[in-house]
Amino acid sequence: MSTLSVAPAATPVRSRRGRWYRQPTLMAGLALLAVIAGMCFAAPLLTSFNPDTQNLQEPLASIGQYGHLLGTDQEGRDTWARLLFGGQVDLRVALLAVIFPFIIGTILGSLAGYFGSWVDAVIMRVIDIVVAFPFFVLVIALVFVLGSGEKSIYIAITAVGWVSYARITRGEITVAKRQEYVLAAQSGGLSSPRIIGRHLLPNVITQSIVYAMSDIVQNIVAIVTLSYLGLGIQPPTPDWGTMIANGQNFLTTQWQLTTIPGLAVVITGLALSLTGDGLADLLRPGSS
Amino acid sequence: MSGPASGRAQLEVSDLRVQIAGRHGVVHPVDGVSLEIAPGEATGLVGESGSGKSMTLRSILGLLPPEATVTSGKVVFDDTDLTRLPRSRLNKVRGAKIAMIFQEPMSALNPVMRVGNQIAEGPLIHLGMSRAQAARRAIELMQRVGIPDPERRFRAFPHEFSGGMRQRVMIAMALSCDPELILCDEPTTALDVTIQDQILRLLARLCRESGTSLMFVTHDLPVVAQVCHQVAVMYAGRIVERGTVSQVFSRPLHPYTLGLLRSAPDVDRPGQSLVPIGGSPPSLASPPAGCRFHPRCKFAEEDCKVSDPPLRLLDASRATACLHYERCLDEIGADT
Repeated sequence: MSTLSVAPAATPVRSRRGRWYRQPTLMAGLALLAVIAGMCFAAPLLTSFNPDTQNLQEPLASIGQYGHLLGTDQEGRDTWARLLFGGQVDLRVALLAVIFPFIIGTILGSLAGYFGSWVDAVIMRVIDIVVAFPFFVLVIALVFVLGSGEKSIYIAITAVGWVSYARITRGEITVAKRQEYVLAAQSGGLSSPRIIGRHLLPNVITQSIVYAMSDIVQNIVAIVTLSYLGLGIQPPTPDWGTMIANGQNFLTTQWQLTTIPGLAVVITGLALSLTGDGLADLLRPGSS
Repeated sequence: MSGPASGRAQLEVSDLRVQIAGRHGVVHPVDGVSLEIAPGEATGLVGESGSGKSMTLRSILGLLPPEATVTSGKVVFDDTDLTRLPRSRLNKVRGAKIAMIFQEPMSALNPVMRVGNQIAEGPLIHLGMSRAQAARRAIELMQRVGIPDPERRFRAFPHEFSGGMRQRVMIAMALSCDPELILCDEPTTALDVTIQDQILRLLARLCRESGTSLMFVTHDLPVVAQVCHQVAVMYAGRIVERGTVSQVFSRPLHPYTLGLLRSAPDVDRPGQSLVPIGGSPPSLASPPAGCRFHPRCKFAEEDCKVSDPPLRLLDASRATACLHYERCLDEIGADT
């Protein structure tokens, strides 16, 4: 450059973050999620069939046969209707099942990270015990003990799932509490709950939120797996896991019975991970 | 508010000892420090890195790192010993009566909290203000510390500010509850010299206007000369000399102070060669016997190696820990 460039004003006020709608990843994820959720919750408008009505005259209909968009299962129930109504159940349960572990894990993790010493030791030992078991083994065992059904799913997933949030939050807070702004907050006479809640968590919660997106995917898979094993959502309530399980006997003749709900799980998972990645970019402070 | 009677110290640190138990044994980064801060005055605490000046400052508000503990001594403020105060009562002093300003304005502000809310937090919790009142107070403070367009800047985040502006925010935070004393931990070290000068002038002016006392920890002698009335020099965990700024800077009574002054450039005496202090600070794990400065001191005699000299009061404001302080005067006399 030949001309002297004049320095811009000392403190230009930039927009802190890129506008959320300019994040392609996030937009794609949210759009896909909106379509999926919209279709599931607008199910009564998209199909005239009742997902639970059996029609033994028309079992195992092929795609388009007798006016069934995706055919029927072995009991003559409309696959398209079951897919939509089943999605309602799975999405709701997966979303709720992520909220409780998120809250409990974040609180316990921040206590462990901030206070350290014996609080940390106790919480970490409990985490070690939970982590010693594989996720599914523990969830299945818990649901088995508690009895199948939605409530058991929530309890089992919360009891096992909080450890991930606790570990993430603890690790982040252990690092963040050494920052000078925490010392500054302490020197300002703020109470520990206020320092954790107002100063530390807003700085470290991003990781947990991003993880929560992938955790919803894991929860959907968990619910589907439990239902597949007959421990989850109880028939006749439609659900993707039960649909996959029931359809597998007819895989060679009516492939869509298993494949379509399986695809639904995959696409929902994709939408959620796109949203998670987009959120990670958006929430990282200072990124534009 | 009825402040303490004049002549009485506002903050009195007496015989403070801080201990760090590490892998290599017990270390005392602060080893029997006593100092007083008079109301409305600015006191500087100077020393090189590791002399214990920041530890002294942090122990006043009980903000030592977890591995360090105050083992003896008192920090008396408002007739209460802060070192014995439970956390809940200490929190009523922190920020409200004694505020603190940190070295790194970049990292001492919460990066994801709006600047205005950070300033308003003190009034919100200490002065019982409503959110709206606290916000108005924050805007008023931003104006006082010279942040342009405070209404709009209230909603900005720290990374949108320059270093100097961030330090102004820190000052506004420190002033937010009208404290009686502000502790500054090298507040201008991270800034370039012109900004440093602006910030120091601002801080000195605001404290003068509100009658706030200052305690200023720094290794930068010109900064002390600019801002402080009193100065205490620290070496290896102890105060080796104390007095008014003009006394100490013109007639240092400890060879370490003399060495510090000669190793810093002085605009009033251009062309004067700088003389570094030979050697390096002693290991705090095994400080030398006798005077801790004797291995680096050119005036050292046999008695310096044996007896550990206490800080002796020469008159009301002047104290030195040197056994042979007259030598410093002779040295200055020989120079000029």
